[in-house]
Parts: sequence; C-alpha cells; structure tokens
Amino acid sequence: MSDYNFAYLDEQTKRMIRRAILKGLAIPGYQVPFASREMPMPYGWGTGGVQVSAAVLTPEDRFKVIDQGADDTTNAVSIRSFFERTAGVATTTRTHEATVIQTRHRIPEAPLAEGQILVYQVPIPEPLRFLEPRESETRKMHSLEEYGLMHVKLYEDISRHGHIATSYAYPVKVEARYVMDPSPIPKFDNPKLSDCPAIQLFGAGREQRIYALPPFTRVVSLDFEDHPFEPSKADHSCGLCDAADSYLDEVIVDDAGGRMFVCSDTDYCEARQAAGHRGKDAA
Amino acid sequence: MYVAVKGGERAINNAHAWLAEERRGDPSVAELSVAQIREQLSLAVNRVMAEGSLYDPDLAALAIKQARGDLIEAIFLVRAYRTTLPRFGASRPVDTAAMACDRRISATFKDLPGGQVLGPTFDYTHRLLDFKLAAEGEAPNAPERDTTAEPVPHVTGFLNREGLIEQAPQDDTTPPDLTREPLELPADRALRLQALTRADEGFTLSMAYSTQRGYARNHAFVGELRIGTVPVEMEIPELGFAIEIGEMVLTECETVNQFKGSKTEPPQFTRGYGLVFGQTERKAISMALVDRALRWEELGEDNVGAPAQDAEFVLYHSDNIQATGFLEHIKLPHYVDFQSELELVRKLRREVEASDRREAAE
Repeated sequence: MSDYNFAYLDEQTKRMIRRAILKGLAIPGYQVPFASREMPMPYGWGTGGVQVSAAVLTPEDRFKVIDQGADDTTNAVSIRSFFERTAGVATTTRTHEATVIQTRHRIPEAPLAEGQILVYQVPIPEPLRFLEPRESETRKMHSLEEYGLMHVKLYEDISRHGHIATSYAYPVKVEARYVMDPSPIPKFDNPKLSDCPAIQLFGAGREQRIYALPPFTRVVSLDFEDHPFEPSKADHSCGLCDAADSYLDEVIVDDAGGRMFVCSDTDYCEARQAAGHRGKDAA
Repeated sequence: MYVAVKGGERAINNAHAWLAEERRGDPSVAELSVAQIREQLSLAVNRVMAEGSLYDPDLAALAIKQARGDLIEAIFLVRAYRTTLPRFGASRPVDTAAMACDRRISATFKDLPGGQVLGPTFDYTHRLLDFKLAAEGEAPNAPERDTTAEPVPHVTGFLNREGLIEQAPQDDTTPPDLTREPLELPADRALRLQALTRADEGFTLSMAYSTQRGYARNHAFVGELRIGTVPVEMEIPELGFAIEIGEMVLTECETVNQFKGSKTEPPQFTRGYGLVFGQTERKAISMALVDRALRWEELGEDNVGAPAQDAEFVLYHSDNIQATGFLEHIKLPHYVDFQSELELVRKLRREVEASDRREAAE
C-alpha cells in the first residue's frame, strides 16, 4: 500500500478536515460542513469516522475500533485493517491502551482519560432531521436556537406513551447552546458524553458534517422537570462477567426462545472475566 | 453455552475469496478481458465514466469487470480511485460547437446547417433479439463517406438571433467544485449541473419523466442532441499558452422549452441543458429536463411543489454512491440500537397491558 499517503488521505485533505475539527471544537455541538471525500468503503459504513480518524492519527498512535461495543464485529475488523494497511499504526482492543478509538453506536464502559480521542461514526448528524427534512430549514433553526419543535416532539411522546419514546440517538444540548445528535448510541451512554476528559469528535461522511465536544464539555440530555431523563438498559447482569453496570446485548441461544444477556462492550467483559468475575451463564 | 462470536476477520477473507471465484464464473468459459469490455460494452463503460466523474475508458472497463457487471459498484470503485488522484489544474472550457459529431439531431427543425446525423443509435432498431449475435460472427462493416468540413452550429443559436430564446450570457467565474467543497444550498446553476451530470441515471430519468407527466411540466423540445469528440486543452503556466492534452466523447442536449412569460420575463423559449461524458444520451436528455425544472425560481415561475422543482430534494438524493451506501448500511449490525428499542417496546407494552387489566377489573 505504499501507493497511498499515511492514513490514505492526502495531506491537503487531512488539513481541510483538521480545520473543520478545530472549528467544531471551538463551537461545541455546531455542525461544520466539510468536503467529505469518497472513501474506499461505502457511505453509511463509517466514512465520516474514518476521515476524522485519518486526519487525527499520527504514527505513534494506538488505534481501537469498535462497532456496537465489540472489537470483532465485521465492520470494526474491516476499518481496523484498513488503518493497519494504510497507516501502519499499532492497534489494540483495550480501551485504556488506545489513544484514538473509533466507535459506532457505543461509548466504551471503561472511563476515558485525557489524551484519548473518541471518534464517532454518524449516520444523520442533524438532530432535527426527522422533524424537518430540509437542511436549509434546520440550519436556520440552529442559528436562531429555535428548538421548540424538538420539545413538542418529546412532549407528544409523553402524552401519548407516558415516556419519551426515543431510546437511542437521544438528543442532547451542548453547553446550553446547540442541540446535538450523539449518533445512535443507546441513551444509556448519554451521561458519559458530559464532562468527559477525552476529546470527542463526530464525523458524518455522506452528510458532509463534522462536530465535536472538547474535553469537559457540559452535555445535557433533553428532558422535562417532571419527566427527567433516565438512562436505561436491560434489567439483568452480564451472563459472562456478571457486570450489573454495563450495557447488555440480548442473545438468543436456542430455538425455544431461550436468551441470555451479555456486555455489548467486549473489552470490558473480557477484562472482568480475566479478573475472575463469573456470570451465571459462564462456562 | 454461548461463546462470543469471533473470527470476523477470517469470515471476511473467505467471503472475498469466494467473491473472486464467483467473479470468474465457470473457468471452462474464456475470461473476459478489460479491452473486450471497453470495446464491446462501451455504453456501460460510458455510464461508469459519467457517474464516476472520471474520463478513463480502461479504468471504467476494469471496474465493470471487478464489479461483476454491477454498474453502481463499478462507479463506486472509480469514485474511490478518483479521490486519491492529485489535481494538476483545470482544463479550459471545452467548445462543444466545434465537436466532431457522430450524431447530431434536432427535433425542432427539419433541416439545418450541419444536417441531421443519426449516428450509431438504437432509435429505429426493432427490439427483436438477434440470435445471430449468439453465434460468433464476422465484424460488420458500415458504409462510409468522407465528412464534410461544414460547421455544425448550435440550434439554439438560430433562435437566439431572433431573440426568441432567453439569453445565456457568458459567465467566466470559476464554478464551484462539488468534489472539493461541501454541497451547500441554495446551489447555483453551475453547481446543480455538476451534481446532475454525475447523478444516477435512473434517478435523473425518473425525475425528468415526472415533469413530462405533469409534475412541473415544462414542455421540452429536444432543440439539439449531439454526441461527438471534443479536444481538451489546458493552459500550462510555464508555456504561457494552451495545449491539447487529449480528447473526450461528450453528449450534449439542449432543450427548448415553451414559456408563456412571468412577472419578470417576457414570453420566450427557455433552456434546459445536459452535458455528460461519453455516449449517454438518455442521461443527457433527462439532465436537461431536470435542469429546466430546477430553474423555476430564476425564471419567476410558480413552485407547484413538484419533486423535480425541489433543488434540495433532487441534489441530496441524486448521488447513487451516497444512496447505495446509506441504504445498504442497514445490513450492518444494529444490536445496540435494536436492544434499546426492545426495552422500550417491552416497557410500553407492560404499561398498556397493566392499564387494560385495570380497566377490565373496574
């Protein structure tokens, strides 16, 4: 792969992306348009995250990729091997060892630290998109801080269902200014967005947007005084490592509808098992 | 006992190996060469060059072979390759009036300077399967004559002389570059045309067809359709003059559209424009119709709410590489989002059932 530049993109493109990232960090939660490139993987498969990672990676970095919390899902494998080939960076599955973590749909369970960068893959960066399909309108709404529509939607959920019927990609407000889509993470992960010591970068390739949360940014999930935000997860412990505090995937184990619950964060689960924790379904 | 699924890497490698085997098909059948695709499937090659935004018949043919004939996949390969290429500069605008035409027809004038030239068209073929092609045959020879050196001026020029068609003043401002700047709205006509020329042929065709069926109908006549070769010239700063760096085949379509006038414009004919790499005539005509529909605002027409008038709708959904990627990404795992939806639906159902029981008890 010597035909390609370090981390695939040419230096001019990386500079363009870095400028967008810096602007995003300067205006937390604001969606910065950037000239997204066609990547050798399809739009919608993490091209935004891949471009952001390519722009921030240095040869000394240690890179981790997770999809749905797991290091070994096919698309995570594919993105990790892409950077192994094009950047030759070291990779890891351990959250605390990684300097750059690219993620789809999860925030790792282990707390992040200063010096780490978490890169999110974002399908639809616009939190107002499903209330207003027009980009020209939603950009206006953000600039006027016109978020009434979102509150009406959440209120209608409560009056119809008794709850806010959004369980992932739950909208947040950043430093009391921009309403932001946290990417399709389960709302269980939302509290981890706030006051995080790591840099959080969000890349949406197809939609050509980058946004960011600098370290220790205040991020609040939208709610009402009488209906406070509550993160939720399956009411079980991990069947393998017995963790009661991690987000769980439900796995069907036989054709009689038998099921078990396991950590979606594979690194967290393996580290706990290595430390001797055993769940009820562990061998 | 459940064991977390491992081996994604091996599964991917094996899938790729199987794909390569399927691509080759039955090894007792001769392998298709890139040159055969380039020469004998040239309209597929043209589409891949047009929507891949890269004029290179050999690379397009290679992409078609690699993609097993899936043209959107081939376009994707070409696009991904194209982004890695360095930019040396921009060519001078090509002069389509000086095109060496293989085909040139006008639906608005029976005869005109330069004449009507049918060229290699399917138009008047009877769509009967030709079983002779199933047997290998001799290369057919078409009759030839020498070309006349007669110039082939643009048809809209004749209408322009009479002042019957809207003016299209020359504009030398550098157009924006869709591939180097994020698409932002409102998009000017140059940017819209740039998006349309690489837009999916099927999408563009359907949008154009919808205008013909009355969703923002704009009464298009094909003023002229021409297909042929133009030289591409580039200014070389060190030399101080332009040199020819190659030539390319283009399809250009200019439509002449009826227009009864608006608050701001007098009754006159208006223009729609299509220009596409290669012999890609369906796409070029479609492009011209959609271009004209998108111009409602600058011509002072009413927005009747038709999809083809909606620049944001058309431009955001016309790119098949964006569309196919996002569509197909729903094949990726969504365990986590689905799990959170499961929890929510279970919770809502518990509450509905509880309230039903209460009501039954009352």
